Amino acid sequence: MSRPNVKGLDPKKVSGELFTLTYGAIVAQLLKDYESDEEVNKQLDRMGYNIGVRLIEDFLARSGISRCNDFRETSDAIAKIGFKMFLGITPSVSNWSPAGDEFSLQIESNPLVDFVELPDSHSNLSYCNILCGVIRGALEMV
Amino acid sequence: MADEVLFDYLHMEMIHEFFNENYKKEGKSEESMTTLELLGFRVGQCVIERLTKDSPRFKDELDAMKFTCKDFWMSVYKKQIDNLRTNHQFLAFPCGLIRGALSNLGITSVVTAEVAIMPACKFQIQIQRV
Repeated sequence: MSRPNVKGLDPKKVSGELFTLTYGAIVAQLLKDYESDEEVNKQLDRMGYNIGVRLIEDFLARSGISRCNDFRETSDAIAKIGFKMFLGITPSVSNWSPAGDEFSLQIESNPLVDFVELPDSHSNLSYCNILCGVIRGALEMV
Repeated sequence: MADEVLFDYLHMEMIHEFFNENYKKEGKSEESMTTLELLGFRVGQCVIERLTKDSPRFKDELDAMKFTCKDFWMSVYKKQIDNLRTNHQFLAFPCGLIRGALSNLGITSVVTAEVAIMPACKFQIQIQRV
């Protein structure tokens, strides 16, 4: 009674997809619970914040990184180490403000949005707003 | 690809979010469990679709159940279920996950969980025949 074993069950791929799918389900549920896209954005940011303050411990333990000397180092740590470690992507750092206290992270291919299409009715939704919260929470801890 | 700890953090936060929201409204813990279970259901359906995309149809119900309990669960949680907590709120999502997976394999069921002795957790799957 042997049946063919399911091929290509790469565990990392499955857990990555599980994460993406779960996130999608959460956003969908939030959209049902809250009236406006703005509210949902706020909730996502808040959730991200709560995750970020815990995630930073994991990050510090696994990366073994020491304190950053300046903001540029911080931006590199986030983009090249943090994002790489957790999402497997390396966003590009750009758009530095003249004062050097503001920069942009540009993400080319975002695993969070696999399988996702935003309808026009929710054009104000920042689907990935949780990432903003996570970065905010994590940075606040250091 | 997303790291596996991300799912754990997201799961924790999700429970915190949906539990608090309903408590703020009317203290209805029932509703939030349903919400969490439904989320798990939805995700379980999708995951099983992805996993079995290229596999042939299952011979019978038993085969489908076995797949769900072994391969599906192992892929998702990557180990025997050994670190779920006692609170039922934590188990609502995994129950939904199993129910969703089975539903997309053509099996309607009711899934409940109980924790008799830590860390053992038992999922009870009842097939509904209409």
